[in-house]
Amino acid sequence: MQAQKAQRYTTTAIVLHWLIAALIVGAFSLGLVMTDIPGFTPTKLRYYAWHKWAGVTVLLLAALRLLWRLKNRPPELPAAMPAWQKSAAHGLHHLLYVMIFAVPVSGYLYTLAAGVPVVYFGLFQLPVFYAKNPALAEILKPVHYWLNMFLAALVAVHVLAALKHQFVDRDGTMRRMLPGRST
Amino acid sequence: MKTTRALIGALLGVTLIASAAPLKTDVAHSSVSAVFKQMDVPVESNFKRFSAQIDYDAAHPEKATARVDIDTASFDMGQADYNKEIAKKEWFNSAQFPKASFVSSSIKPAGAGKLNVTGKLTIKGKTADVSFPLSVKPEGGKQVFEGQLPIKRLAFNVGEGEWHDTSMVADEVVIKFRVAAGQ
Repeated sequence: MQAQKAQRYTTTAIVLHWLIAALIVGAFSLGLVMTDIPGFTPTKLRYYAWHKWAGVTVLLLAALRLLWRLKNRPPELPAAMPAWQKSAAHGLHHLLYVMIFAVPVSGYLYTLAAGVPVVYFGLFQLPVFYAKNPALAEILKPVHYWLNMFLAALVAVHVLAALKHQFVDRDGTMRRMLPGRST
Repeated sequence: MKTTRALIGALLGVTLIASAAPLKTDVAHSSVSAVFKQMDVPVESNFKRFSAQIDYDAAHPEKATARVDIDTASFDMGQADYNKEIAKKEWFNSAQFPKASFVSSSIKPAGAGKLNVTGKLTIKGKTADVSFPLSVKPEGGKQVFEGQLPIKRLAFNVGEGEWHDTSMVADEVVIKFRVAAGQ
């Protein structure tokens, strides 16, 4: 048990995990709220801008996180964990990594196709690598939406699994990613 | 009475044709758009319906005249609900002011392929004197007129109420146009 407790993710990994988690929850909720506002209002435009800034930030942090992950092995899963759970956990983590890229990228491509570039935090315009394309925008809109729904489903499984380890198995799996001092 | 009117109309028509050489606008190769900045994000949208009457003889550019009428309700922002919104009272008020128009008062040659145009621009019932440079070049047996005209949207009352705020949508809007016309 002692050895397991000491095994935690690095502080960098923990910070990136929770930052990305918070931004994803925020951008996802904002996405649902803003698309529900009829017509257009200044509030709606503001939400769209924030949503895009959050999404681009997720993408940047995801890139940092992937680089960090490639150089730092995550702590081992509990030895007592059944093999199928370990493979399920690995599979889910791989999918989550794919999705934290796929979701913001699909949103970015969608907004470019819609002819609305992203001006990051209102400071500078991010690259526009193709012209406005309404037909493409029509395709990317549901793509972005369903990738989000898929990510939401993955996050739900991820959270439920973490809670199960914490409160049912009590095996310290979740503590590896929680902030706090390692003991 | 009707016959007289028709006769006068026909005569007028004949006189016009005889005295001037109006060009036929090739709508498929012409466009009128407006670029506006929304939270510093430049967005360009087209007016789907407009007509242009240009009377231009390359040998006598100073005799040229131009008139452009734009169907304000045809501003296409890429989404049906946005398009509906822009036609409302706060923006174009297309129900009361279905057309925006430009009528030239003088066109002066300004070097090879360049013209200086002055005239009256009417949007939402407000008329202002404007002048802008226009380029003209022959292309595939037609004359292609291209230019852009920066205007202040608030001078024409476009964006009332909460949209008066220029931090959301900038006051300056650039009208871009390209008219291809030939005999």
